[in-house]
Amino acid sequence: MIKAEGLTKYYPRTVAVDHISFEVEKGEIVGFLGPNGAGKTTTMRMLTCFMPPSEGTAKVAGYDVQEQPLEVKKRVGYLPENPPLYPEMEVLEYLEFVGRLKGVPNSKLKQRIDEVVERCALGDVLKKLNGKLSRGYQQRVGLAQALIHNPDVLILDEPTVGLDPKQINETRRLIKSLAGEHTIILSTHILPEVEQTCQKVIIINKGKLIATDTVERLTQRLRGSELLAVEVDGATSALQVQERLEKVPGVSRVTLKSTTDHRYRFEVETTKGASVRPEVARAVVEAGWNLYELHTAAMSLEEIFLQLTATDQPSATGGDR
Amino acid sequence: MRNAWILCKKELKSYFASPIAYGLMAFFAAIAGYFFYVAVAIFVTRSIESQMMGGGFPMNVNEWVVRPVLMNISVVGLFLIPMITMRLFAEEKRSGTMELLATSPIRDWEMILGKWLAAFLLYLAILGISALNMLLLFLYGQPDARPILVGYLGLILQAGGLLALGTFLSTMTKNQIVAGAATFGVCLLLWVFDWVSAYETATWAKVLSYLSVVTHFEPFSKGILDTKDVIFYISVIVLGLFLTARSIEALRWRA
Ligand SMILES: Nc1ncnc2c1ncn2[C@@H]1O[C@H](COP(=O)(O)OP(=O)(O)O)[C@@H](O)[C@H]1O
Ligand SMILES: [Mg+2]
Repeated sequence: MIKAEGLTKYYPRTVAVDHISFEVEKGEIVGFLGPNGAGKTTTMRMLTCFMPPSEGTAKVAGYDVQEQPLEVKKRVGYLPENPPLYPEMEVLEYLEFVGRLKGVPNSKLKQRIDEVVERCALGDVLKKLNGKLSRGYQQRVGLAQALIHNPDVLILDEPTVGLDPKQINETRRLIKSLAGEHTIILSTHILPEVEQTCQKVIIINKGKLIATDTVERLTQRLRGSELLAVEVDGATSALQVQERLEKVPGVSRVTLKSTTDHRYRFEVETTKGASVRPEVARAVVEAGWNLYELHTAAMSLEEIFLQLTATDQPSATGGDR
Repeated sequence: MRNAWILCKKELKSYFASPIAYGLMAFFAAIAGYFFYVAVAIFVTRSIESQMMGGGFPMNVNEWVVRPVLMNISVVGLFLIPMITMRLFAEEKRSGTMELLATSPIRDWEMILGKWLAAFLLYLAILGISALNMLLLFLYGQPDARPILVGYLGLILQAGGLLALGTFLSTMTKNQIVAGAATFGVCLLLWVFDWVSAYETATWAKVLSYLSVVTHFEPFSKGILDTKDVIFYISVIVLGLFLTARSIEALRWRA
């Protein structure tokens, strides 16, 4: 339903999105995960034809965002980071306006409005001014606006940001209920949000794609392993070391990486995280070998994510024009 | 075209949802009424004077009332126009609703046309109020109708052009005050450009004077309908809307 290839956006000083490729199947809910400034908003703006990519292509619902933007726009509902509401309009008036704007025929308009009003539970505020609504209601009107033309694809930019926990729960439930009928991409910088609402996750940081996986596998990897690099010298054979290391509790797999003058380099996959490191060190030393090196070889997803969220500032939102 | 109309209606509603439209209408009614009163007062005094000196009584109402009133209204228009156009795009950019418009299945020109049309219709409504004064003339005098109609056509065309330029300037910033000030500056320039022709006859002065809205409005106020003036104003409208379209396009690339 969505296919991005080498999607790139340059700004005068930064590469906001750096050759990102991914695919989203029909009916999936995909989480776009990354800290502030990762390039989430920029990517979404390219997918919604708000702005053209500097390089690369994207196809949404079968149409190229640059070749046939009108066709794409007809099939995409977009909730930007700040709900695009006119404060002086009443909710009902606003939904009518957006419905017409999105090309809903007059004969179907009332039915569509009734539907989104029910979905987003807006019945009580139809006659209220947008500008007078609470943040939670504004977000719901924003969602209703994105749904009004019953689009194939929904693109939601940080749909739960700025909401209180109760509202967050409601919004997540609402989004989940939309899956299946609509293909949904939502961006977030909160990991649990992805775990709770999405089936697939695309992690980006500093404009680059870091990982894309199903949420199940991602969480498995998050709970589990750390990758250690271990360098040992003084053993008679690599196999000997390998067997010894495999006996250390918490080690799930040991692979020989290289051998130089009886110095063996292994990659050790663990299941329990950092606590395994002293055990590995002890095992090597107790066997009478020399331990040359012991450190985490690759960042685990957890570490990636810790790093991601460490740069997370509550208010600084990019994408300012 | 349906899309342009959808946007036009939305803009009109928002003009009338805030005090702007009513304020401008009241202000304009007052000031146009004042001009009218002054012009009529002068006209009556002069007529009596002229009659006492043995001149013919019915002096030309068109020359003495209609023309100065139209000239004054055209100048006041220069002040109104920035207030009408300043929010058109600046406010959408500031509040983030530009993201809604730009991701909706409408073409840029539909959006631009709709917004300009709304500003234009509001101006027509405001202008309509001053036309009520003119009706009084028909009750108490025998003015020539044609010059009045031509004069109003001139006012409408001039406003169309300046509103288009104002629409363009409103795309350049998200601060509507800045947009309004810039539009006011442009209107002012296009007004005073004509002044150089009073003392300078060099080519540059002729060019400046040609660009001035006053130069092109004067014939209208006298009831003279000249195609070259009509073409001038229509070119300004087209230029303004064209610049708006380019600016919106550039916004996308820079966004
Ligand atoms: N209009 C812009 N001009 C220049 N740089 C921008 C603009 N918009 C965003 N950026 C930069 O692009 C990067 C990605 O921003 P953004 O897509 O908003 O990230 P996210 O939505 O993940 O927080 C940031 O470094 C941001 O500063
Ligand atoms: Mg963002």
